[in-house]
Amino acid sequence: MVTTNAIYESLTKIVGKDYVSASKEERYFYARDGGLMPPHEPDFVVLPRTTEEVQQIVRLANRERIPIVPAGAGLALTGLVIPQRGGIVVDMKRMDSILEVNERARYVIVEGGTTQGALKSYLQKHYPHLRHSIPDAPPSATVVANAVIHGQGRLAHQHGFNSDMVSGLEVVLPTGEVCRIGSCSVSPYWFSKGPPLPDLSGLFLGWFGTTGIITKLGLKLYPCKKMRDVMVLLTDKVELVPDILLRLSHTEMVEDVVISAQPLPLRFRGTFWIMTYVTGDSDEELEFKRKMVWNAVWDYFQSRDVGFISTSPEGKAPLLSMPSKDTTRFADVAKGGGFQYAGPITPIEKFPAFIRKLEEVAAKYNVFYGSTTRLIGSGHCMMFSFSFSFNRANPDEMARAKKALDECSKFALEEGAVLWKPDRDEQKMMMERMDPNTLELMKKIKQLLDPNGIMNPGNWEMK
Amino acid sequence: MLELQFNKTKCSNCEGIFCLTRCQYIHLDKATAKSEWQKIVNGKDSFVLQACTTCYACEEYCPFDNHPFYLIVERQEEKGVLPAPRPIITMWVNQCQPVGRFTVGRVGPKMLSYCFLPHFNTLVKGKLFEDMFGAVVFGQEFFCNAVYLHYARTSVIKERLPQIMENIRKLGVRELVCLHDECYGTFSSLAPAYGIEVPFKPVHYFEYLYNKLRGMEKSIVKLNVRAAYQRNCSSRLAPETDRFVDDIFNLIGVERVKREYDRGNALCCAEIIRMGKGPALADDVQKRNIDDIVKAGAEYCVFNCPACWDALADKVARKGIKPIHMIDLCKLAIGETQSLKLPELAVEV
Repeated sequence: MVTTNAIYESLTKIVGKDYVSASKEERYFYARDGGLMPPHEPDFVVLPRTTEEVQQIVRLANRERIPIVPAGAGLALTGLVIPQRGGIVVDMKRMDSILEVNERARYVIVEGGTTQGALKSYLQKHYPHLRHSIPDAPPSATVVANAVIHGQGRLAHQHGFNSDMVSGLEVVLPTGEVCRIGSCSVSPYWFSKGPPLPDLSGLFLGWFGTTGIITKLGLKLYPCKKMRDVMVLLTDKVELVPDILLRLSHTEMVEDVVISAQPLPLRFRGTFWIMTYVTGDSDEELEFKRKMVWNAVWDYFQSRDVGFISTSPEGKAPLLSMPSKDTTRFADVAKGGGFQYAGPITPIEKFPAFIRKLEEVAAKYNVFYGSTTRLIGSGHCMMFSFSFSFNRANPDEMARAKKALDECSKFALEEGAVLWKPDRDEQKMMMERMDPNTLELMKKIKQLLDPNGIMNPGNWEMK
Repeated sequence: MLELQFNKTKCSNCEGIFCLTRCQYIHLDKATAKSEWQKIVNGKDSFVLQACTTCYACEEYCPFDNHPFYLIVERQEEKGVLPAPRPIITMWVNQCQPVGRFTVGRVGPKMLSYCFLPHFNTLVKGKLFEDMFGAVVFGQEFFCNAVYLHYARTSVIKERLPQIMENIRKLGVRELVCLHDECYGTFSSLAPAYGIEVPFKPVHYFEYLYNKLRGMEKSIVKLNVRAAYQRNCSSRLAPETDRFVDDIFNLIGVERVKREYDRGNALCCAEIIRMGKGPALADDVQKRNIDDIVKAGAEYCVFNCPACWDALADKVARKGIKPIHMIDLCKLAIGETQSLKLPELAVEV
C-alpha cells in the first residue's frame, strides 16, 4: 500500500499540481450534495483535462485499489457522487469542449464535463436551428451526468429519456482501456449508440459511473423551431389527468407536457396545472397546434372540468425558460435551501394514486410538498416527483423529509414504478425486488468490467 | 348577508330591455329579451345565464342603473352556472385570497392602488407621479375582487370586500387613485350596489392624469397622432370615466379615431371570453376589433387595462399599430418615454 502522499504525488504528475487537492475545504465540498444523503469526504479531488489523464488516474486507482468517483456538477440530490468509501473524486468539469456538431446527421460530440448551459449557448449561437433536450436542472448540470442518470428534458415527450438520445460514447473502463461505443466504434460518425451493432451503451448508462468514466458523448440534436408557446390547462379532477395526458400526446403536436401540483402559492391549491408546450416555424403552425390542443380536451372544457388560463407574456416567460427556474424557487419555499425529490418512473395511470400518497405523506410528516411530473415518450411513462423542501438548518425537518421520501419511494415501488436516480437505500430496495437472474447478470457485468470494485462503490452494490 | 340593491319595478317598466337587446353576444328581439329578462328577475332559469360572456356591458346599457349584470351574476351563482371551467374559478378564488400580507408603500391621505397588477411597477414613473412616489397599495389585502363577476362568485365579493374597505380605511386613506378600472368600478359602483360603505374617495386615474397634465400644460408637446382606444370590460362599471379619454386626448393632441367598436359598442380584449367560451369566439372578437382599428387608420392603440395589454398588445403590433398604455401616452406628451413595452423575447426556444 502506497502512502497518501505518494498517491497525491502521482496524481500531481498526471494532471499538474493546480488540479489536485486533498485540502480540507475541497474535501468538505465534495463530500456532500444538496439532498439528504449523509456526507462522506474523499481523500483527493482531481480535475483531468484529457482522456489520457483520466486513463492514468483510473489505472492508478485500479492498481492501488482506491475508490474512484466520476462527478459532473453533483446535482443529482441523491448522493450519487458522494464518495461513500472516500478515495478519488474525478471532477470532469475541465473536460468541457464541444468537439463537433454534425448538422446533417444532427448530433453533437461533447467532452465528459460539458455543461447543459454551455451546450445550449453554443447551439443558440452557432446552430440556432438545432437543439438538445434541456433538463430542468441548473445549467451547470453536465450532459454526460444527465445521460448517465437517464435524465429527462424538454424533448422527453417526443423522444424519451435523454439517455435515449445518446448517439455514441467514449469510455475509460475501470481497468484503464479506452473504449468506443456505437457507430463511432467502426465509423468516424457518431450517429448511433448501438444499432445496427449490439447496443453496449447499456453497460454504462444508468450505472452511475460504476462501470467506467464517460469521456466523450455523442448526443442527438433535434430541429429547433422559431417559435415556442405554452398553454396552461387546469383541472381539479385528479382522476382526469392520465386521460388528458394521453389525449395531448395523441395529437402528436406537443413538444413537452409538465404537470405541477402543490399547495402553495395559493393559486396552485386544489388544481393540477398541465403545462403544454407547442412549437412552430410560423404563426399558422403554432395556431394550428394550439387548436389541436383545445380540440383534444374540448369535451372536458364543455363539462367545465378543464380550463385554459390566459397567461401574459411575462407570466409565460418563466414557464418558457429552459431550464425552468420554478424548481429552484420551490427548492427554497421552506427557506434554508433544502430540496429533494423521489422521482419514480411510472405509467401515467398512477398519477391519481401518487398524488394522494404525496398529500398523505406530507401531512403525516408535516413537510412542505410539491410535485412536478413530466410525460416521457408518447405516454409510455412519466416521471412523477414526490418533492419536499426543508430547512437545512433544521435537522428535525430534514429527518422528517427523509422519512417522507423513503415512504413515497417504497409506495411507488409497490405500485409498480421504477425509482429514478435512486439513492443507495433506494437502489437496495429495487435490487431486493429485481428478478434474481437480472441481478445476477448485473453482478457479472460489474465484476467483469470492474474486477477490483473501485468504481463509485456503494452504488449498485450487489452482494 | 349583503344583498344587491335591485329594483324589480324599474325593469317591469323598462321598454327597451337594453341590457339584452344591445348585448353584443346574445342577439335577441325585444319580446324574447323581455321574457328572458323577467325570468332572470324572478329567479327562474334562462339560457342567458349560460350564454353570458361576462363582458359587463349590460351594466352600462341599463338606463336606470339597476345593475342588470350584477343580477345576472347573482343568478348564475344561485343556479350553479359556471361561466368558466371550475378549476379556473378555483384558481382565481384561491389566488386572491387575503392572507395577511400587506403590501403597502408610503402611507398618506392620497394613495395609488396597483390592484393586483405588477404592470404598474413599470408604468408609474416620471413627473406625472413624482408627488405620489411610493404611496401605493398592492395585492390581496387591497384587491377589489371585481374579477369574480366573471366567475359567478358574488359570494366571494360580498365576503371579502368589506374587509378590503376596512384595510384601506385603517391606513387613513382619503383618496385612492385607482389605476385599474376594476378597482374604480368596485368602489364607485359595485360596493354601493351592495350597500357596502366606501370610506374614502375613489379617483379614476384618468381624472388624475388629466388634472396632472392640466397642471403642466406648458410642458406638453402635442403628439398629433391618431389613436384607437381599447375599452376594457370593467370600464362598463364606470362609463362616466370615458369622457376623460377625450379630454386627455384633446389636451395632448391625439385624435380618437372613429370606429365601429368604440364607446358603447366597444369590444373587450376577449381573453375572459376565451377562458369561458373557448377560442373560436375569442379569436373572432379579437379579429373584428383589430381589423376595425386598422380600418380606422389608427397609429396607436391606447390601452387602459393591463390585462387588455397582455391580450392584445402583441396582436395589434403585428398589424403595424403601436400599442401603448394611457399612462405612457401621457408621458410621451411631456417628453418622457414609454415604459411598458412588449417583451423582446416572449418566446424562448
